[in-house]
Amino acid sequence: MWLGLEGFGAFLAFISCFIATIICVVYGIVNWNKPKEDIEEEIKEEIKWEQHDPELSNGGKK
Amino acid sequence: MNYLLLGIVVIIYLIITAFLGYLGYIRTKNATDYLLAGRKTHPVIMALSYGATFISTSAIIGFGAAASIYGFGILWLTFMNIFVGIFIAFALFGIRTRKIGHNLDAHTFPEFLGLRFQSKFLQSAAGLLIFIAMPLYTASVIIGGTQFLSQTLNISYELALFFFVAVVSVYVIMGGLKGVMYTDAFQGTIMFVGMLILVIFTYSKLGGIVESHKALTSLKPEAIKIWGALGHQGWTSMPKFNSVFWWQLVSTIVMGVGIGVLAQPQLTVRFMTVKSGHEINRANLIGGIFILMMTGGAFVVGNLTNVYFYNTLGKISFLAVDKKTDNIIPLFISSAMPQWFTAIFMVTLLAAAMSTLSSQFHTMGSAFGRDFLEKGLNIKTKNPLIVIKIAMGFTVIISTLLAYYLPRFFEQGSAIIAIGTALFFGLCAATFLPMYVGAIFSKRITKAGALGCFWSGLITSLLWMMFVHIKESKPLGIAKMLFGVDSIAKSPVIQNIDPIIIALPVSIIFTIVISLLTKPPSEKFLDKVFKGVN
Repeated sequence: MWLGLEGFGAFLAFISCFIATIICVVYGIVNWNKPKEDIEEEIKEEIKWEQHDPELSNGGKK
Repeated sequence: MNYLLLGIVVIIYLIITAFLGYLGYIRTKNATDYLLAGRKTHPVIMALSYGATFISTSAIIGFGAAASIYGFGILWLTFMNIFVGIFIAFALFGIRTRKIGHNLDAHTFPEFLGLRFQSKFLQSAAGLLIFIAMPLYTASVIIGGTQFLSQTLNISYELALFFFVAVVSVYVIMGGLKGVMYTDAFQGTIMFVGMLILVIFTYSKLGGIVESHKALTSLKPEAIKIWGALGHQGWTSMPKFNSVFWWQLVSTIVMGVGIGVLAQPQLTVRFMTVKSGHEINRANLIGGIFILMMTGGAFVVGNLTNVYFYNTLGKISFLAVDKKTDNIIPLFISSAMPQWFTAIFMVTLLAAAMSTLSSQFHTMGSAFGRDFLEKGLNIKTKNPLIVIKIAMGFTVIISTLLAYYLPRFFEQGSAIIAIGTALFFGLCAATFLPMYVGAIFSKRITKAGALGCFWSGLITSLLWMMFVHIKESKPLGIAKMLFGVDSIAKSPVIQNIDPIIIALPVSIIFTIVISLLTKPPSEKFLDKVFKGVN
């Protein structure tokens, strides 16, 4: 018995959930500021993209 | 149930939600304001809003109930949700999707595929498929919330359905996807705290982590008595390899939902609305923890309800609710938890449903309005926004009708919520995933390859559902009508192999082979698509 769980497959599932979470946390911390992008260029790009959004008042007309 | 307490908690919740929605709305009058507001947003808010959309009442009520039947093996789905649905989706798919989506000026998932493969037909067909198939998933989410309301308030299913849909649709139709970041984050926080309390309460009520697991292990003979012939080996073991239960758990629940999440239209579109690439990386951290708590928590509690009901009623969960499995979690909450928690949990579910439904209705509305009508049928309207809203209203009605009729259509005891969700996820995986992967990682996948992916995935899934996979073929009745049998497969094992296991490999092969036989797009076009993508 592992942590009160009888089958190894079930125990492995239980533990894998925590391992996967740790991978996400570590990845998030390591890549906190990546990718570094040119902020001005990015804002310009996003404004262009947003202007064509179907939810804005012009309904995404191009 | 103390109705006054419940009423007060729900009203406070709705007032805060309305206030945050208003706050988001006034701060985002135009695109630039929206962007600037977005830039100042803390990554925690970003990640919580992702998580709140990802996790719905289906995950809590439906899959919690499925957990009480399948046992701890269902935690493989939590693993998939975290590793595939968060880590791989964010780290590998997210940043590329955002950049390519911006390069192509795509705003919906069908539009993304249509522009990437230079096919208006693909865009409109994908839009139509989403518009037709997604209400099933949406109905599952609505059923989850309604079951809980009807169980807790002790009112009829119909009345609960009306109340639930009324509250959610006012919220969904009034607000757009814009400005919901704050409400989503608020809802995500409530969900996280609600589930945390539930997990701690459940474990401590049953004597701690190891003790409660041991108690569940000791109930093994009860499980084998009912499902032993189908491969059940107790809740704390995996089902017997290659048995009916094993295939249901591994193919439908773990693979179907676990992989299907990568090609979910309402989730992929979020990558394109994220403010910058590193927000996606930061969201990985919070997203992982959030999904662990929400799905892992729901599944563990779902399992442990067996111990609680056995101790109090002398029956396992499945029998305690008279085989109506979708009532397991609601009954557990209302009988095992303190009254104040029932009120909190009701709000947790409302939050889960509202955050998921809002983006589902948005996705269906834009799929129909923008992708199908505008691009497919070439119908130009003066104000496409109105068309999207009308389409949204229409999907609200369809989903509600489905939520009304589905529980009558399926036999008692079948976990409709989990099946409805798994079906949609599986269908998305088979029809979209291979071309979506090709769209963002490969320059060699062609328009013909993408269309091959769509048709082969769709046709194989539908044929398998109509004639082989007994969970759908039996209630659909087409196999019965044509061949006089519920499923044309004789072996119960094959009858329980999920469509995704067959249809996804088929669509992968079609995508690759057809692409290799056809001419790739021009270098110029590919340069535009992959501009700025590493």
